[in-house]
Amino acid sequence: MQLNVNGATHEVDVEPDTPLLWVIREELGLTGTKYGCGIAACGACTVLVDGQPTRSCVTPADTVEGQRITTIETVEETETGRRVVAAWVEHQVPQCGYCQSGQVLAATALLRDVPAPTDADIDDAMTNLCRCGTYNKIRDAVRSVAEG
Amino acid sequence: MTFLDRIASRTPVNVSRRGFLAGTGALVLAATLPLRPARGQQAAEGGPAVQAFLELRPDGTALLKSPFHEGGQGIYTTMAQIVGEELDLAPDSFTVEIAPPGGPFGVMGGFRLTGGSASTRTSYDLMRRLGASARAMLIEAAATRWDVEAATLVTEPGAVLHPDSGRRLAYGELAADAMDLPVPAEAPLKDPSNFRWIRTPVARLDVRDKSTGQTKYAIDVEVEGMLLAAVRHAPRLGLAPTEVTNRAAIEAMRGVHSVHLLDGAVAVVADRFWQARRAIDEAQIEWGPGTSKWPMPEDFSSAGFRDTLASATGEVVQIEATGDAAAALEAAGTVIEATYDAPFVVHGQLEPPSATARFNEDGTLDVWLPNQAPEQFMTAAAAAAGIEPQNVRIHGQMLGGFFGRHFLYETANPFPQAIALARAVGRPVKLIWTREEDFLRDAPRPLGLARFRGVPGPDGPVALTAEVVGEGPTGRWYGAPPGRDASATEGISGKAYAIPNSHIGQVYVPNPAVIGYWRSVGHSMHDFMYECFLDELAAAGGQDPYEMRRGLLAGNDRLTALLEATVELSGGWRPGPYEAEDGSRRARGIAMASPFGSEAAAIAEVSLEDGEVRVHTVWTALDPGQIVNPAIVEAQVQSAVALGVSQTLLEELVYENGEPTARNFGMYPILGPDRMPAVRVAILESGAPMGGVGEPGLPAVGPAIVNAVAALTGQRIRSLPLSRHDFG
Repeated sequence: MQLNVNGATHEVDVEPDTPLLWVIREELGLTGTKYGCGIAACGACTVLVDGQPTRSCVTPADTVEGQRITTIETVEETETGRRVVAAWVEHQVPQCGYCQSGQVLAATALLRDVPAPTDADIDDAMTNLCRCGTYNKIRDAVRSVAEG
Repeated sequence: MTFLDRIASRTPVNVSRRGFLAGTGALVLAATLPLRPARGQQAAEGGPAVQAFLELRPDGTALLKSPFHEGGQGIYTTMAQIVGEELDLAPDSFTVEIAPPGGPFGVMGGFRLTGGSASTRTSYDLMRRLGASARAMLIEAAATRWDVEAATLVTEPGAVLHPDSGRRLAYGELAADAMDLPVPAEAPLKDPSNFRWIRTPVARLDVRDKSTGQTKYAIDVEVEGMLLAAVRHAPRLGLAPTEVTNRAAIEAMRGVHSVHLLDGAVAVVADRFWQARRAIDEAQIEWGPGTSKWPMPEDFSSAGFRDTLASATGEVVQIEATGDAAAALEAAGTVIEATYDAPFVVHGQLEPPSATARFNEDGTLDVWLPNQAPEQFMTAAAAAAGIEPQNVRIHGQMLGGFFGRHFLYETANPFPQAIALARAVGRPVKLIWTREEDFLRDAPRPLGLARFRGVPGPDGPVALTAEVVGEGPTGRWYGAPPGRDASATEGISGKAYAIPNSHIGQVYVPNPAVIGYWRSVGHSMHDFMYECFLDELAAAGGQDPYEMRRGLLAGNDRLTALLEATVELSGGWRPGPYEAEDGSRRARGIAMASPFGSEAAAIAEVSLEDGEVRVHTVWTALDPGQIVNPAIVEAQVQSAVALGVSQTLLEELVYENGEPTARNFGMYPILGPDRMPAVRVAILESGAPMGGVGEPGLPAVGPAIVNAVAALTGQRIRSLPLSRHDFG
């Protein structure tokens, strides 16, 4: 099967229903995408599929053939992604950091589509879990990007 | 006397320059610094040494070997900040990595662990002296180079200056010379009023990598030639696999290398983790009787165990006593009695446990894993492998959260299985536990219970007794006997209120589950119990909870200031109920805690939404005595509040028929962004001896919330979490 990940086409030889998460981690060696729960509850595995935040741990690889998959490793290749990462650094968001790949990608997708999100927009888009409880800093960072 | 003379006049402490760092052209300070005995403590002849490693590179950057693991608490930055302050080198010039197992890093008096909110407070003096010693050696090297007296030299960040001549040498240019100098036993420390970085919000060293997916955790470890493994554990400890009935079919699955019966588990080893996971999910396993040090009874339930604790009769081992509580209770007209309990809770660190093991041709073993106590893991890994500890290399990794999860708990760590599998297949093996296996074999915070009796009075409680029933993790893992196991009672013991007649005791009842340390340990539940019962006594005595606490702290300037700061932060004490701007009806509760050498107070504001408690804001003040990095302290308090809200509202690991009913976050919800309150933090530096930071922000949060709920609804909740109660 062919997967388009971070702008390159990769031929991967996996069972078609292998979760995208494990294709990214084990076949492509991109470990920035994290396994947290395997049931789409936590969002640590979030990647962008055609720009949409997608929980890759429950996404069969064969369902995203032909779609553009973006992982955290290339998040700074877009202007929005650069600004989100800069805001994450400015606000010192991460603690353990394990969930932050997913958080950054979720924020990047939100702010690309909705440059000035309302609180409700942020509530709807930023649903990933963080056991360190960085939620308030995440919100501050998202708002700071929105406010430019 | 010149600086050189002063150095020479002292006996240099032995400097062990380890071979592994030789020849790098760098200053390697493997200093054996003398341990300063605590006040009133006699210095033992040839007593324990405090040691640390610092490497200054020719490019002017520094590599610091941290005795403590980084797992989000900011310790790497804090260590760089402290050493950099005295060394006069900017913290962002440091690379910090975990120090490997071994004596030099036993900075807590011959041992070390990352826990107990102890890292900074136990190593602050040492790290300062380490930086100061290195700076002195660099100055000495420059003095020799320039043939001037050391006393005429000064430093600026990263360089030695000779003001008289305007000459300047960067640290990197001096590193090789300085390496050959003896380590001064007592280099002068800075006056804190001259601190450049300590007490400032220095940026964390790890934030950018963590924001771009670059940070590697144990689960990301890649070793050449490794296979991947997944396990399924017996549903209860004490069972063993007897057969995999579809073994041939499993072994024929794509990528599968082999199937293994382990102690209480079955493993599949495969080319990829997902292949192993898929295969273990398909495995049909027969379980039979096995052996375990802690066999889980087939009929164990958390509800039943709660009843066992509630009705336990057994010796009450005294922890603390003042006055004559028994007589006061006997004489009282009104006695308030209440039983409080808190459930088992999982750590829920977002990185699932893993371990990678590799046997080498020379008989040594490498293990990559998350851990909070490298030396203990080295010893245990050696035992698991049947080799000598000196033949084991432990590679500690960045922790994807810990909260107590990665201490050595005999049945809760994957590395013995990884070692067994690596040996069996003759190749390196990385084993990952799925979240479901983590829930099954985590060492949860023990279910706890306390029985209170109290006598209210117009000026505060006349008497208070508590029997804390159960077992603490320090009793389980370090053999602390009842009465001397702080983890079993802390938060009910160690309270600061001046209650004239009190008696705090422990009734030891062993816990059938494998129990562990959870952020703030006993405080995580006992302060809830005590502070809520205190509010019950306030209500019975017709007193305001805040004013009563103030009265009980009369004469205690530190805690009075803390309490008042918290109230001030919240805009004034306003218990309510009252109507908020959005029309919701709200109330506030207050609570305090004295955890891990620090002092904390919290006020929570709550309302009800669709019958559930909503926490709007937590105002909290923390006094750790003195601090290093206010931004990191604030972040730790935010984090501790989040976990405190989470366990108070939501978390409960229920056991039925000997098994946890939840195996993932679906059945065991944790705090998400939708329930996160606003958190306002005040940091007080009373100047008291430095206390902990990572955990102390948690214990006061729960009782503040529950006391607020009582103020709002009139319902006194004595059993967590709140989600099990109906607020209609």
